[in-house]
Amino acid sequence: MKIGVVTFPGSLDDRDAARAVGLAGGDAVSLWHGDDDLKGVDAVVLPGGFSYGDYLRCGAIARFAPVMRTIVERAGQGLPVLGICNGFQILCEAHLLPGALTRNDHLHFVCRDQRLRMERVDTDWTNSFAVGEEIVIPLKNGEGGYVADDATLDRLEGDGLVVARYLDVNPNGSRRDIAGISNPSGTIVGLMPHPEHAVESLTGPSTDGLGFFSSTIRSLVGIGS
Amino acid sequence: MRPGGSATPPLSGCLDTVDRAESTPEVAQPYAELGLKPDEYARICEILGRRPTSSELAMYSVMWSEHCSYKSSKVHLRQFGDKQPEGGWPQLLVGIGENAGVVDVGDGWAVTFKVESHNHPSYVEPYQGAATGIGGIVRDILSMGARPLAVMDPLRFGPADAPDTRRVLPGVVAGIGGYGNCLGLPNIGGEIVFDATYAGNPLVNALCIGAMRHEDIHLASAKGVGNLVVLYGARTGGDGIGGVSVLASETFDADGPAKRPSVQVGDPFMEKLLIECTLDVLHAGLVEGIQDLGGAGISCATSELASNGEGGMHVHLDRVLLRDPTLSPEEILMSESQERMCAVVTPDHIDAFMDICRMWEVEAVVIGEVTDSGRLTIDWHGDRIVDVPPRTVAHEGPVYDRPMHRPRDLDALAADDANALARPHTAEDIRATLLRMVASPNLASKSWVTSQYDRYVLGNTVLAQPEDAGMVRIDEESGLGVAVSTDCNARFVRLDPYEGAKLALAESYRNVAVTGARPLAVTNCLNFGSPEDPEVMWTFAEVVRGLADGCLELGIPVTGGNVSFYNSTADTAILPTPVVGVLGVIDDVERRSPMAWGPDGEIIYLLGDTREDFAGSEWAHVMHGHLGGVPPRADLARERLLADIAIAGSRDGMLTAAHDVADGGVAQAIVEMALRSGVGARVWAPDQVTDMATFLWSESPGRAVVVVPRSEEMRFTAMCAARGLPAHRIGAVDSGLGADTGYADQQVLQMGDVVVTLAQIREAHDATFPALFGA
Repeated sequence: MKIGVVTFPGSLDDRDAARAVGLAGGDAVSLWHGDDDLKGVDAVVLPGGFSYGDYLRCGAIARFAPVMRTIVERAGQGLPVLGICNGFQILCEAHLLPGALTRNDHLHFVCRDQRLRMERVDTDWTNSFAVGEEIVIPLKNGEGGYVADDATLDRLEGDGLVVARYLDVNPNGSRRDIAGISNPSGTIVGLMPHPEHAVESLTGPSTDGLGFFSSTIRSLVGIGS
Repeated sequence: MRPGGSATPPLSGCLDTVDRAESTPEVAQPYAELGLKPDEYARICEILGRRPTSSELAMYSVMWSEHCSYKSSKVHLRQFGDKQPEGGWPQLLVGIGENAGVVDVGDGWAVTFKVESHNHPSYVEPYQGAATGIGGIVRDILSMGARPLAVMDPLRFGPADAPDTRRVLPGVVAGIGGYGNCLGLPNIGGEIVFDATYAGNPLVNALCIGAMRHEDIHLASAKGVGNLVVLYGARTGGDGIGGVSVLASETFDADGPAKRPSVQVGDPFMEKLLIECTLDVLHAGLVEGIQDLGGAGISCATSELASNGEGGMHVHLDRVLLRDPTLSPEEILMSESQERMCAVVTPDHIDAFMDICRMWEVEAVVIGEVTDSGRLTIDWHGDRIVDVPPRTVAHEGPVYDRPMHRPRDLDALAADDANALARPHTAEDIRATLLRMVASPNLASKSWVTSQYDRYVLGNTVLAQPEDAGMVRIDEESGLGVAVSTDCNARFVRLDPYEGAKLALAESYRNVAVTGARPLAVTNCLNFGSPEDPEVMWTFAEVVRGLADGCLELGIPVTGGNVSFYNSTADTAILPTPVVGVLGVIDDVERRSPMAWGPDGEIIYLLGDTREDFAGSEWAHVMHGHLGGVPPRADLARERLLADIAIAGSRDGMLTAAHDVADGGVAQAIVEMALRSGVGARVWAPDQVTDMATFLWSESPGRAVVVVPRSEEMRFTAMCAARGLPAHRIGAVDSGLGADTGYADQQVLQMGDVVVTLAQIREAHDATFPALFGA
């Protein structure tokens, strides 16, 4: 299974995402922001970082990159896409997911091992988990507060599109403790915490993050959703 | 390649050319305002055989500043090179003098690391000062050819509750986080220490570690006549002009003008592009020599490259890409705009070089070429404004052997015995002392700070704060990794500079060794008051002597570092603070020893000897506000033995945890281990120590707490006995202690007769920083 990892100028966790794909049993393929060719990948990860220095607004410039034109088009046809942190911000800016990510309510960057509760487990990126399963993966962001209007939030919750919620503390002021959301078909997932940093017990707080990457491999070979 | 600058020279009317300097010897020049002394100015005139042009004066003034030239410290720093084993240091690939030293860590890997100061800018403008401190040290590492792997920040501030500390500390922390996080480098450690002497003079030191294959090592030299000199990265602006000469080399004067324009402004996004672009051009084999632009900007880069190479270089200064087209040539030469690099490239490779720059959207321009003239010549729109021998700018600056005098108060300080201070004896007093100590600013949890730093990015962080040392994996296949710690108890140095420097070295060495890594090399950042004060200068000399002797004894070379003088406000100098960074190597990071102990029943050992060592201790500082007495002697042979045991114990699976004993003594070590693991323990004093306060808070060096599974106890104690290292059984990990002590269902720490729950300790330990600096 070939999973593309996009590098924008200012992407930081692209190597980590590629490592996670490899540890989950997939083949990571580097995709370049200026290249609209997806090199035949079966799924795409938009990694964390500060694309274009977060200038203007997080993800606001990256969404206009040539690679994004193709990704938006292919995502509409069902290509699985996972946006992590800055990638989640780009997905919102590209209108592949609703809402926006804003400055943390406490105004500080925060890096912590975050407990989450998995809520939607029939997406291409979460089908390795069980409903209600609690996992711990790193969270690190300065602008991770998920916001949307109440109608949108009601719809996300009513349609079961919330993928994961924060437990113990809400680390950034996200509305309704939302840590990640999905599109209705479950092909596109945006997640503020970083599963790619929880793939080895040596370097992460757990190996809970592997499940996101193995999920998409399962669904691509027809095991999952 | 686009022409930069303005079409017409802005100062054409009064451009101070070499011709003009020759024909107008009488022109009065503002050398004093630029920080040069009269005899230094006279020497420049003598070197050139005429008065310098204003551009030449600008270059000499920044390059001959204390910060760039090490003019007061050079005569002492020579010891780091002179005191070495017969045949030299086997692990050293590149020594002092380059941007950063490089050591061999095996398997064809080389590691470079260095610590630098950004103290003065960080006081003036905490966010940008601290941010650009990270940026500068990262470029130093990058310019050796290494991929930067991690950063850490040793910090010192005035009293934690002082209003100015509340201005400076949050800004510094936000700046380090803002720059480092956006750059994508994990921050894996450092220190935060408060002392009254740092009020108005915070120390913001920054350390970076990088790794490369042996064949990728690059040096700063302009070789090959006809090769091109490329300036790439951010455009040159008006920020940071005179940063090194104005900020870093003079004492602050309360009545002086605002220094803010001398602080540089950082753009971490540009730095990230610069890293990737630079590594690509280096790996493509397109670079003959490379130099970062930091202090003294283009003046430093061109003169050092030329001086290290063929000795000649010609530069067209008007080609420099500018952010502000009104800048004068003098300003362009002195600007310390961040995120710039200078590379020497053969004409054959220039197109490929420019292609890579374009791919990363990094602007680049050829500003000159290598010549065999032996001169550094710089033109501005065709007029010659600089014509100097580059060595006289870069390497042959003034050298001062400044007067020295032993501080007059040292004997009185030594006589003020800390061991005579009143100690707690009752269980109640010891319990109260314990809770107060763990909540004191220097010992309290630093997570308010470190949670603002990304410790995960790059995915190779094995240990990060609050562990003894930061550890990163450099080879995912083999598990090869490095560990780094920075340390300095400046109170020890104040009381006895020679021993204090050795103690700082010993602590850093020990912190690396207890993680299981073998110490290999040293970097240091020597933060002191004014070198023009003979007592400061004497202290500095003693510290350098202590460090050089200590390094020789421990078998680890100093590979580079930085001196920061003029850390004084009015008449108050900071505590002499030689921050020592030690780098260690570990063959397999899976074998590391963390500080959290494991399951029930493991046995806690205290390695080393405990004496009544309260002089300069955190206990004397917190409980009595006392600084006096004779600090402990550094026994470096013992430190080597302790390191051998800790490394062998980690490697052979005899230890599940290990933790250095230093600030706050055994009590603090045990508390940190218990909090990190979340499991309680019963601890008692060894027979050798009858006084509980001595057991808990004495700061005798050469000690560590290690945790041994019962199955390994015989093997471990036999190894210690055979090697002659005292190992005292002082406790056992016990998760069920709460039920025995009246705290059912709680994790409890029992120290002698004192019982306290981990929840109580955690509350005291965690509350201090949020209370001081906001939630």
